[in-house]
Amino acid sequence: MLQHIRPALVLLFVLTALTGVAYPLAVTGVAQMAFPEQANGSLVKRDGAVIGSALIGQNFTSPRYFHGRPSATSATDPNDATRTVDAPYNAANSSGANLGPTSQKLIDRVKNAAEAWRAAVGAGQIPGDALTTSASGLDPHISPESALAQSASVARARGLPGGRVRALVAEHIERPLLGLIGEPRVNVLGLNLALDRLGST
Amino acid sequence: MSKKASAPHLFDGKIVAAASVDAFRKLDPRHLMHNPVIFVTEVVAALVTFLWARELMNGGGAPFFSGQIAIWLWFTVLFATFAEAVAEGRGKAQAASLRATRSDTHAKRYLDPTDPKGLYSGVNALDLRVGDVVLVEAGDIIPSDGEIIEGVASVNESAVTGESAPVIREAGGDRSAVTGGTTVLSDWLKVRVTAAPGSTFIDRMIALVEGAERQKTPNELALSILLAGMTLIFLIAVVTLWGLAGYSGTFVSVVVLVALLVTLIPTTIGGLLSAIGIAGMDRLIRFNVIATSGRSVEAAGDVDTLLLDKTGTITFGNRMATEFLSVADVAEEELAAAALSASLADETPEGRSIVALAKGEYGLADPDFGAQPTIVPFAAQTRISGVDAAGRSIRKGAIDSILRHVGVPLERTPPEFRRAVDGVASSGGTPLAVAENGRLLGVIHLKDVVKPGIKERFAALRAMGIRTVMVTGDNPVTAAAIASEAGVDDFLAEATPEDKLTYIRKEQTGGRLIAMCGDGTNDAPALAQADVGVSMQTGTQAAREAGNMVDLDSNPTKLIEIVEIGKQLLMTRGSLTTFSIANDVAKYFAILPALFIATYPQLGALNVMRLASPQSAILSAVIFNALIIVALIPLALKGVAYRPVGAAALLRRNLLVYGVGGLVLPFIGIKAIDLVVAALHLA
Amino acid sequence: MTFIGLAQIALVFVLALAAAVPLGRYMAALFSSDAAGDASLVRRIEGGLYRLAGVDPAREQGWLAYTLSMLVFSGFGFASLYVILRVQALLPWNPQGFDNLSPDLAFNTAISFLTNTNWQAYSGETTMSHFSQMVGLAVHNFLSAATGIALALAITRAFARSNVATLGNFWVDMVRTTLFLLLPLSFALAFAFVALGVPQTMVGFVDAATLEGAKQTLALGPMASQEAIKQLGTNGGGFFNANSTHPFENPGALSNALQIWAMLVVSTALPIAFGRMVGLPRQGYALLAAMGVLLIAAVLVVYGAEASGNPLLTQLGLDPSQGNMEGKEVRFGQAMSAMFVAVTTGLSCGAVNAMHDALTPLGGFVPMFLIQLGEVLPGGVGSGLYGMIVFAILAVFVAGLMVGRTPEFMGKKIEAREMKLVMLAVLILPLVILGFSAVSAMLPAALASLANAGPHGLSELLYAYSSAAGNNGSAFASLNANTPWFNVTTGISMALGRFGYVVPVMAMAGSLAGKTRAPASAGTFPTDGPLFIGLLVGVILILGGLQFFPALALGPIVEHVLMLAGKTF
Repeated sequence: MLQHIRPALVLLFVLTALTGVAYPLAVTGVAQMAFPEQANGSLVKRDGAVIGSALIGQNFTSPRYFHGRPSATSATDPNDATRTVDAPYNAANSSGANLGPTSQKLIDRVKNAAEAWRAAVGAGQIPGDALTTSASGLDPHISPESALAQSASVARARGLPGGRVRALVAEHIERPLLGLIGEPRVNVLGLNLALDRLGST
Repeated sequence: MSKKASAPHLFDGKIVAAASVDAFRKLDPRHLMHNPVIFVTEVVAALVTFLWARELMNGGGAPFFSGQIAIWLWFTVLFATFAEAVAEGRGKAQAASLRATRSDTHAKRYLDPTDPKGLYSGVNALDLRVGDVVLVEAGDIIPSDGEIIEGVASVNESAVTGESAPVIREAGGDRSAVTGGTTVLSDWLKVRVTAAPGSTFIDRMIALVEGAERQKTPNELALSILLAGMTLIFLIAVVTLWGLAGYSGTFVSVVVLVALLVTLIPTTIGGLLSAIGIAGMDRLIRFNVIATSGRSVEAAGDVDTLLLDKTGTITFGNRMATEFLSVADVAEEELAAAALSASLADETPEGRSIVALAKGEYGLADPDFGAQPTIVPFAAQTRISGVDAAGRSIRKGAIDSILRHVGVPLERTPPEFRRAVDGVASSGGTPLAVAENGRLLGVIHLKDVVKPGIKERFAALRAMGIRTVMVTGDNPVTAAAIASEAGVDDFLAEATPEDKLTYIRKEQTGGRLIAMCGDGTNDAPALAQADVGVSMQTGTQAAREAGNMVDLDSNPTKLIEIVEIGKQLLMTRGSLTTFSIANDVAKYFAILPALFIATYPQLGALNVMRLASPQSAILSAVIFNALIIVALIPLALKGVAYRPVGAAALLRRNLLVYGVGGLVLPFIGIKAIDLVVAALHLA
Repeated sequence: MTFIGLAQIALVFVLALAAAVPLGRYMAALFSSDAAGDASLVRRIEGGLYRLAGVDPAREQGWLAYTLSMLVFSGFGFASLYVILRVQALLPWNPQGFDNLSPDLAFNTAISFLTNTNWQAYSGETTMSHFSQMVGLAVHNFLSAATGIALALAITRAFARSNVATLGNFWVDMVRTTLFLLLPLSFALAFAFVALGVPQTMVGFVDAATLEGAKQTLALGPMASQEAIKQLGTNGGGFFNANSTHPFENPGALSNALQIWAMLVVSTALPIAFGRMVGLPRQGYALLAAMGVLLIAAVLVVYGAEASGNPLLTQLGLDPSQGNMEGKEVRFGQAMSAMFVAVTTGLSCGAVNAMHDALTPLGGFVPMFLIQLGEVLPGGVGSGLYGMIVFAILAVFVAGLMVGRTPEFMGKKIEAREMKLVMLAVLILPLVILGFSAVSAMLPAALASLANAGPHGLSELLYAYSSAAGNNGSAFASLNANTPWFNVTTGISMALGRFGYVVPVMAMAGSLAGKTRAPASAGTFPTDGPLFIGLLVGVILILGGLQFFPALALGPIVEHVLMLAGKTF
């Protein structure tokens, strides 16, 4: 047994130093030099202030903005540390809803959301991603269908011509790489930023 | 082909009757413990019986259903014990006929074994000890196994071999062993006893065919472990199901869980496993081969290399004349006639073959020598035979002997004579010269004749992945010629017993398994070293002790059949295991929907067989599970058909028949039983 | 299912295989070469490491010594990780000031990372300091993977050698795997991830003021370095609670494809290395083919099930053309989510890019079943290979007799001793998974953790213990597993699933190494053709999966028929 202990201790220590300290620090050092943008979270700044990350969705509630997908993230209740409260797009506590396909809670939630959607956006089939929660709760994207469906109501809220907003959406549709890898999608933060710029010009 | 003893009919009335009784005796849990799958079945059968009785007394439950399940569970166990009993019964019938020869025998034992010329007294054969010396005279039964120390006698060994032609046994050499229970027909023998009472050859044979000393063979043991492990796994699956079903508020009755368990555990192969093993030994016995351990039968299936003695196995025992090669100024007929004349008095097989060739191929009649020919018989010293008559002096014999006889050195013989000699020698044959009145007429080509059909058998063996190696005392040139004619893969020329042993060891280091047969004492080390060593019944005691099989017919060609029987045994085991495991899929589809239909009627979608009701589904699966054992008993006893083709082809065929068949058949079978069960309102 | 979707799936499989072939050759060369004979600088460093550790790299170990080395090494790894997690508040690199972990959570997490499971009973961004992530968890991402590969190498040598008592040297195998395989690959992959957007910083978080003026705290950290080894070493323990669904861990379609590729590549290369090391390259490809057939089938089942959506939601007016989007990310789509689901469980990775809990019943059935099969498609690094060898031995044993020879695999006879050890190993999964699930199903304290009712709740339990015992780490995540009951029982499951399985397998390897390797002939069981591949697939499904069928019928299978019937819970 003794002959196993010295190698175990020495190698654990050395390999920990190597893989647990040297490796991540080396990657950090090189990454900060080579890809500072990405390495620091692909932050989006407006007027010098960080307004979010291009990769992380935000919670949009105003009718003037396109809305992201429902988010199931939560946060500690500020009044009671033992409880949690809903806090959509909490980028410090990612989480999905984790409701099974036959969950009554899921059905009820989608039913309510569908009513709200119809009230805000209008009748017709609802895009599949629009009422379902994302896996991370931070999905930055919506489907082009969802964006196009919302464009009329957003245009209405902003008093912009519908065609203008639809054109903006079309510009913001990201296509699969080489037509193969990935899905057509729209980055909500990017679209809403463009929308704001549109309004300010 | 060796003769095959007639097998009793598969379901011989007497055997079945005896086996039916034995099947019940084998229910003893202490006996069944050795078979974990069937033991578990017995335990749960008892459990269900108890539950049924409780339902009967306390009311409630479904006693009609539980009762039927209990009955079929007991049948499952009984069918398994019956299969074993039938297999044993076939051996027992044989043992009984052997035992009849072993009636109490008297022996004439010398008082002082070191002085076998002194007095002897009559004792019971059972009182003989190893080292005793006995006298056996004409008409006596040899009282025990032993080694002849003096005398020559003809012995009838039909008690052991079934062959009634007497054989000669004599002191010294390779024919010095005698077997207890055989009868001396003429003359007398003094025999040193080599076996203790109860452990003579016949005793061991009886024990072997009865299966009394049967132990699990290595592969059988490994397979039992697999089956026990699977039983344990399904036990876990079924026991935990009780809790998992409880989650959704389903109460699954113990009877139903038991039914699920028994149909899932591999009862088919578990019930037939020992019958397959016994039947394999039995098949060997029917080929007049006694295996002293089941291990060797399995090893026979694994053999990679067969060491075969040339003489008697690959070639007929003797060389034969195949052509006459005359010199330039001599006609072939003249040479043939001279050879015929010179060989008339030669009674050796070679001489007779010359006569046969001359008469057959050249249509010659017996020559007329007129009055008083002087016959010169074949003598080992001169190696010449011939005849002197009517002024003619004809001789035939080995080349150098004849040349010496005619006084001509080889260099001065006619060139075509030398060519003929060289030609015959380089083709592996033996040339003989024929001379008349000092003049060389030509050469007789003596050849080792390969048995017809042997080449095809070797090709079949090669397809099975088995190499054949010819062992011969011939020189390498001769050996190579015969080897290529017979189609063996390798040969050992000028082989000594040590060479054989070395060869076997070398092959074994390479991971190959070797089978060989032998009869002489000097074969014993190689026989012991080989993985399958088949000794000839006519062989010495040492050889018989060294091998792990004894061929009662003393037919070395049988090695090939032994390998096939070994393979058949393993194939049968594998096929039924595969079948048994593949069966489980259908049983799930029968039982699972039935189990949960009360809680989740939608699970009826899994009831792909459209079985009538949950009860009939469960009952049908249990009945199928029991009946399939009986249905497969004939296959277990007869064995899966073996074809000498490569492993890939065998696997494809068996996987299709027993794997895919095992998946499909129970769907049909369970559905059919369900129709009957529903029609009879049994559930 | 769309053509583009299928093409994406095919593309990633092909790229993984294309990389695995040279990688397998490299590994075979790496582990066959002689340390002493090579005088290059890295090898001199390696030699120095052995001198420091008191290891003679030329001295090989028997199965027992090898296994003991592995156990002692793992034991110290467990102890050090447990201590780090229990005192992380006192340690540096804790920008968020997280507290120490509770004893049961620290126990569970330490076992989890030690066994290559990376089951996360905690939420990474709200529990773990950077020190714990890097020095605690990421280290074991390397070491547990290296340990798995080392064990697979030892078992490979049992077949490659004849009549020997030794299987190699654990320390050498483990160090070489770490230094010359995992570290270089991780470096390269980490940079690729950073380039694609994965953060790599020592900063803990950044506060942003959103467009609507709310405060959004973006959790950051050294993610790319951890992400690389998490995928390569089939660990699966994410930086974040949401794992590879999180846009920082997995920013886009390319990073996603790269993650799947990284999961597959080492495990796919191992059978190839195995074939080369035993001198039967075809044998390695045959094992790989059986893995591939089942894995591709699994991907297609998940894809089909998810793409057809949840009929209950369709009824509410949702367009089913996107498939079931609940618990999925828009940027991945159905095809690449389905592929990730099947691959992460066919392997023992456990990283997720969609919430398995929210998959359709059949879509969720597949990952659960793949884990229960023992994760051999192609399985965790190392563990997949030796799991597959166990199945191959079972297949050979059951059907090998059908060619009329006692069973042998690659020339090694499979006898009672091997069978005993194989059965001991394969008993572990059903015993642990079904045993703990059944007990939990009746235990109110356990049932309180369930967040879904009906059959789905049972699926959550089954999945938890399957994932733990199978050393996977993915979850039906609404189960609140951070309770003493689950922390302790899943911890035990993980330990048994790893060590209870591998110790008998190592003993079997020791026994096989001592046997003579018989040459193949026309009469031996061919184990490298399509017939054997088909047989192996059948044995994996029947012997590996059948025992779970009753439990699965009560979970996902019945949930599927209930969903079609419109029933909710």
